Amino acid sequence: MKVRIDSARCQGHGRCYDLVPDLFGDDNEGYGTVLGDGAVPPDKEREARLAVANCPERAIEVVGENAEGDLT
Amino acid sequence: MTVDERFPRDLKAADDNEPIGTRNEIITGPVSDWSTDFSHLEAEWSADPYPIQDDLRQRCPIAHTSRFGGGWLPTRWDDIAAIAYDTERFSSRSIIMGNFRPPRKIAPIGGTPPISSDPPFHHDARKLLLPAFTKTQVTRQESTTRAFCHSLIDAFEGQDVVDAAHDYAQHIPVRVIADMLGFPSEDGPQFREFVENALEGINLLPDERIARMSKLFGYLLAQVHDHLDNPRDDLTTYLINAELYGNKLEASHVVGTMALVLIAGIDTTWSAIGASLWHLARTPADRERLVAKKGMLATAMEEFLRAYAPVTMARLVKDDMHWHGVDMKADDWILLSFPAANRDPTQFDRADEVVIDREVNRHAAFGLGIHRCVGSHLARMELRVALEVWLGRIPDFSLADPAAVTWSTGQIRGPRALPLRIR
Repeated sequence: MKVRIDSARCQGHGRCYDLVPDLFGDDNEGYGTVLGDGAVPPDKEREARLAVANCPERAIEVVGENAEGDLT
Repeated sequence: MTVDERFPRDLKAADDNEPIGTRNEIITGPVSDWSTDFSHLEAEWSADPYPIQDDLRQRCPIAHTSRFGGGWLPTRWDDIAAIAYDTERFSSRSIIMGNFRPPRKIAPIGGTPPISSDPPFHHDARKLLLPAFTKTQVTRQESTTRAFCHSLIDAFEGQDVVDAAHDYAQHIPVRVIADMLGFPSEDGPQFREFVENALEGINLLPDERIARMSKLFGYLLAQVHDHLDNPRDDLTTYLINAELYGNKLEASHVVGTMALVLIAGIDTTWSAIGASLWHLARTPADRERLVAKKGMLATAMEEFLRAYAPVTMARLVKDDMHWHGVDMKADDWILLSFPAANRDPTQFDRADEVVIDREVNRHAAFGLGIHRCVGSHLARMELRVALEVWLGRIPDFSLADPAAVTWSTGQIRGPRALPLRIR
């Protein structure tokens, strides 16, 4: 599973890097960035989905294996 | 004395080229029907807008008013989001719904860039501000904010009842914003007056409103001159020296942005801190849970921001159009209620309840789209620190007199008198 940020949608609310600083960071204008190549370790998959579910702009997507899982 | 020809010495000279806008008849008094005559300036709305919004969302859902020269109030998430994203058809050239519309020619810059700006100018004006307001930057103010919160609570020594809005919540953003702009902290009490004049003086007669706003701009101009003479590491000096398209900013841009940071940075955060404490004071179960489980503040804070979102914005319709079932006219207002969006049951389970461990909370308290509140990271830092310090020092508190709680009027909503029993 990988996470991606659509920079055309991201407005820098920062919910992703507040919630999951292991996966997301910010640039010098506060827009969200994906750390490394965006690969999500299995034990972080739930947190990745939490970031997706809390992004006000719906700017984050998960792709690849297990991308369809939910928060439960 | 440093001379910078952009900045006149007095306001009279600055006012000479002020463009003329349009004014409408001021209509006040009780609302007859919220779907056809709404007003966000009446007492019923300030006291409790949520039942009104919930009712409109079910039966209307885009309310109209002939007050303020005509305007619309959408109450569904989808409509509010659509307007926030549609900067082609809805302009930000004024974002305070009242009885005055600035002339069209002030777009796309507006009086207080970038909040009053439309694309493409908006992007460039906003880009200048963003680096000063990142989470990393605002973290630098956290320890002084925390120490200041403690000093406010130290001052409660010997009192059984304190006003958490007036003596706590208010002072925190006033201090933070004064530090950021590099204004003397002893000028804080004046800021409160500026803010009230800008945001709550909407139905005053034009001359009175202009006179009050002139006080703010006079103060800001004096601060610019002080910073020209004594440049320092703060946002005011940064704006004076900043460049856009190869030139330094126009004086109106510098002073307008200073006004924006001052006005938008104070009332809003003051309201968020106050509303959170109000909720906890009247909901002992939530207060006890939060005191016992400090880690829950992260979700609780977001839930307070959702349920008691302090900020409602406004837009002006650009051209006549049929939009989502209603006939909008050019220059009609849109009252863009993020608080109403945040309580839409199609977006949130148990939308009308405060659920402090709500894990999925895609709220719009800081807006949506290109105008996302530039100070949101600062506001979240202040709100978190204010609540951490309060709950750590005063875990047990309640409303001293529920009838004595008062709320601000207008587009920023929060408690302005909040007497709490603290021992």
